[in-house]
Amino acid sequence: MSLFLIIALPFLGALLPGLMNQAGRQSCFIITFLVTASAAIGLATHAPAVLAGEVVTAQLNWLPSLGLNVNLFLDPLGLMFAGLILGIGLLIITYARFYLSRDDNMGEFYSYLLLFQGAMVGIVLSDNILMLLIFWELTSLSSFLLIGFWKHTADGRQGARMALAVTGMGGLALIGGMLLLGQIAGSYDLTVILENRDLVQASPLYVPALILILIGCFTKSAQFPFHFWLPHAMAAPTPVSAYLHSATMVKAGLFLMARLWPVLSGTDLWVILVCSAGLITMVLGAVIALFKDDLKALLAFSTVSHLGLITFLLGTGTPFGAMAAVFHILNHASFKAALFMSAGIIDHALHTRDMKRLGGLRRLMPVTFAVATIAALSMAGIPLLNGFLSKEMMLEEAYNTTLFGSPYLVAGVATLGALFSAAYSFRFISHTFLGPVRDDYPEKPHDPQFGLWLPPALLIIPVVLIGVAPFLAEPFVKTVTQAVIGNAGEVPSAYFKIWHGLVPALWMSVIAVVGGLLLLAAFAPLARLWAATPRPEAKDIFDRIITACVGFGHLFANRLHNNSFTRYASIFVATVIVIGAHAWFTGVNAAPTRDMLPITPVGFAGWLMLILATAFLVTVHRNRLAVLILMGIIGLIVSVGFNYFSAPDLALTQISVEVVTIVLLLLALNFMPNSTPVESTKGARARDIVLALAGGVAATGLIYSMLMSDFPIASISEYHLANSYKGGGGTNVVNVILVDFRGFDTFGEIIVLGIAALVIYALTESLLSGPVRARLLNRGYEEARAGNAHPLMMVVLTRVLMPLVLMVGVYIFLRGHNEPGGGFVAGLVVAIAVLMQYMASGFTWADRRQRYPYHGIIGAGVLCAGLTGIGAWFAGVPFLSSAFGYFRIPPMEEFELATAMGFDLGVFLAVVGAVMLSLESFSRLGRRAGIEPSDYPMDIDPSRPEISTGGES
Amino acid sequence: MELLVATAIGALTAAGIYMILRLRTFPVIIGTSLLSYAVNVFLFASGRLSVNAPPVLRDGLDVYADPLPQALVLTAIVISFGMTAVAVMVALGSYLSADDDMVNDPETHPSGAEPAEPAKRGRGAA
Repeated sequence: MSLFLIIALPFLGALLPGLMNQAGRQSCFIITFLVTASAAIGLATHAPAVLAGEVVTAQLNWLPSLGLNVNLFLDPLGLMFAGLILGIGLLIITYARFYLSRDDNMGEFYSYLLLFQGAMVGIVLSDNILMLLIFWELTSLSSFLLIGFWKHTADGRQGARMALAVTGMGGLALIGGMLLLGQIAGSYDLTVILENRDLVQASPLYVPALILILIGCFTKSAQFPFHFWLPHAMAAPTPVSAYLHSATMVKAGLFLMARLWPVLSGTDLWVILVCSAGLITMVLGAVIALFKDDLKALLAFSTVSHLGLITFLLGTGTPFGAMAAVFHILNHASFKAALFMSAGIIDHALHTRDMKRLGGLRRLMPVTFAVATIAALSMAGIPLLNGFLSKEMMLEEAYNTTLFGSPYLVAGVATLGALFSAAYSFRFISHTFLGPVRDDYPEKPHDPQFGLWLPPALLIIPVVLIGVAPFLAEPFVKTVTQAVIGNAGEVPSAYFKIWHGLVPALWMSVIAVVGGLLLLAAFAPLARLWAATPRPEAKDIFDRIITACVGFGHLFANRLHNNSFTRYASIFVATVIVIGAHAWFTGVNAAPTRDMLPITPVGFAGWLMLILATAFLVTVHRNRLAVLILMGIIGLIVSVGFNYFSAPDLALTQISVEVVTIVLLLLALNFMPNSTPVESTKGARARDIVLALAGGVAATGLIYSMLMSDFPIASISEYHLANSYKGGGGTNVVNVILVDFRGFDTFGEIIVLGIAALVIYALTESLLSGPVRARLLNRGYEEARAGNAHPLMMVVLTRVLMPLVLMVGVYIFLRGHNEPGGGFVAGLVVAIAVLMQYMASGFTWADRRQRYPYHGIIGAGVLCAGLTGIGAWFAGVPFLSSAFGYFRIPPMEEFELATAMGFDLGVFLAVVGAVMLSLESFSRLGRRAGIEPSDYPMDIDPSRPEISTGGES
Repeated sequence: MELLVATAIGALTAAGIYMILRLRTFPVIIGTSLLSYAVNVFLFASGRLSVNAPPVLRDGLDVYADPLPQALVLTAIVISFGMTAVAVMVALGSYLSADDDMVNDPETHPSGAEPAEPAKRGRGAA
């Protein structure tokens, strides 16, 4: 199976359980299981080749210019992780089926789980580090959904938020680090980066890159000082905890450290940073875990501790350390997932996870007891279980590691960590299962149904099998280790066996186990001491930091935004002017290089009218109707100006937009006060005038200096002029740019226009379904209404004009490719033709004769443009490439047909639909405002037998 | 002619800014429309001005106006209609639901712009 498919399967499959929620829990479970199983089988088909030393790759160029390509590769390290993700995934899916209650939305849960699974598989199979970053962020987001799955609990929400904040922050650091790394290596492909160890480590950017990448890894893998989010993420349903914190999410950081081990490891900085973070985390996590009463909290901190252990092993930078790390990743995934699921079983059966209320369950829940005890003993590092083997290797590595010049420091700290680890494992067994049977359990203890205990029981098989016969795991672990260390070292030849003789590691192990038993024996006084010791609570610190950030944000925002639009508009204008003035006075203003065009009398007349209209508008702006008339004049002059300065397309568009805008504003004014009261103080008005004049002077100066100088660098317009006819088949360059060169932009723009119209429609609908409707119905009018609202002359005239205007629209549309015109203008003209009918005969009359809903027309337009674009794919060229040809049908003259016309048709339809839907929405308000519907096209119709003279008022 | 176009843009900008700083929704919308004119003409003019040279290819001619700003401004004109329509609808909706067309939250007193007299609520205030 292609690697693409292995990653795509969980993502595509994530849609299914959510959609199938209605089909029942069982169907959701089956489909999720099948999706994961297919991906796992697909992975398994590659296993023999990968283990034989082959690297499976899949490549797809996506954005080669950015170095972002979908390159995947599967080597033994990726195989191990992908196997853990999918294999344990299958067990978790089964477990969750029986764990979640009827109140939980199972389809939603499985959808999130598959999303997360796909993102994890993506991380471990990515060859391109930019891809890897995308998947990395996806795991943060999807784990947020999973951790916060129980939205009704405050703990769940807070835990999810904290996890997202910490891992998201780390993700940002990681992006920086990875980009630096790619910059150093000159490639974003892991396979290339891994070859360039010397180049990377010699670079001055190595230190910042390493620190940023480690922040990313440490936050994800909950290393000190970022360890605090993991225990809070335990508010998630237990299957999520078992999945995220045993095999997947938190291992992503370890995976990345292992993946980049050949390039990054081995330097002093690496050893110091990674080893110390690992050792501190290991001991700190183990100590806290011992004193947690909640089973899941204990396991959470033990996970933190074990992640620290693996981090430490990777940090030593020796091949033996890497091998031990790989082995422990495998072992930890098996026993920890089993332990989480056991804790979930106890929670499920007794409705409590508090060890103070548990104990004596070994007879009552024998199966759970057996599973949990074996897993916990493995965690404690007891011989004949797999945890013992990797812990021995860790202790041996610790014995041989020198940090800060002391040969005994690491060995001592590692033994301490192992000791506490043994202690909390024993406590887990003893305080849950051993001891006398109690009579105050919250619920009657019982072993769970088959589906709940089978998944952890299956995980116990490798725990015991590897523990008894370590040579079974040896070849696989060594192959993976080879993949981790690459060319940076030799795989150690040490054999995996239970008995190595009386080596130091064995004595350290004995100390740990005996010490652990002693700690357990003295637990009660120690716990009292622990409770009495003051210590910083990470969550409080985190909350305080967040509160401080929010406070700072408020401080800043409240100064600028005090709910006064006028205030921040003026701050904005002033800021723009100040920044512009700064640039103007500090920059170099080149001398004019162009000659001024001569001022013509017509041009001067137009300018004078525009200036007068603008000045007049500002002085009389309190009379709103006058404002609209003056706006019409300004718009007209602007469009005449466009025409004068060689932009006929713009002139046509501007003048038709002007018409619909004025109609729109008139419709709105119908419902609003028709004058603006004097409210602002003289001082405020003076301030506004100063700001406005400064803005006007700034705009004038800027454009004047631009107009008087040539382009500083060559413009790309020449290309469009040269290729418009050759490549686009049209002589109207503006239209060819719109439908061909920049067709994608235009496509986006008609979609935006359509959305704007739909927003207006939706706003109208919500207004009309609320109290506004009643207010509109009861509204009186101040002025007398026209007695003859739909006069005969206008009705007749608009009817006669309709076909003419439509013909003009078609003409403008058809000639658009070669002469001024096109879809935008034609759409506006046709919209005006229809609009005239609404104005002449009223909304109701016109609306009854409107057969196609305007939403549909917008949709048809977008679809038409999109399909034309997609059509290019069938010719094997990119989206929206156009083709054209010349045809001749006698007796017509030769004419041109271009696919761009299909696109322009889409533009045309979208514009018609959007304009009409907006204006129609406004007039719907009018229907509610006491304007009675009329069945007749005109109020006074001489041909009607009984003439109604009352009009519609 | 460049001087005339530049001053016209300046006049539209100044009028637009002044209208945007008014306290009622209708003038603010008019202000944004005026600014749209100014910005559209500004962008168009950035291709430099030329007379009698529309960018429609003709045999034997090789001087044309810059087509690129024209294409960009053409869509901008249509989009600004959409924007104005949405703004008008929002303003109308708030006026119809609250019977008030103030742009500022009445709870706050923007410094320097306190109402000179108690704000007249309701339509048709003189």
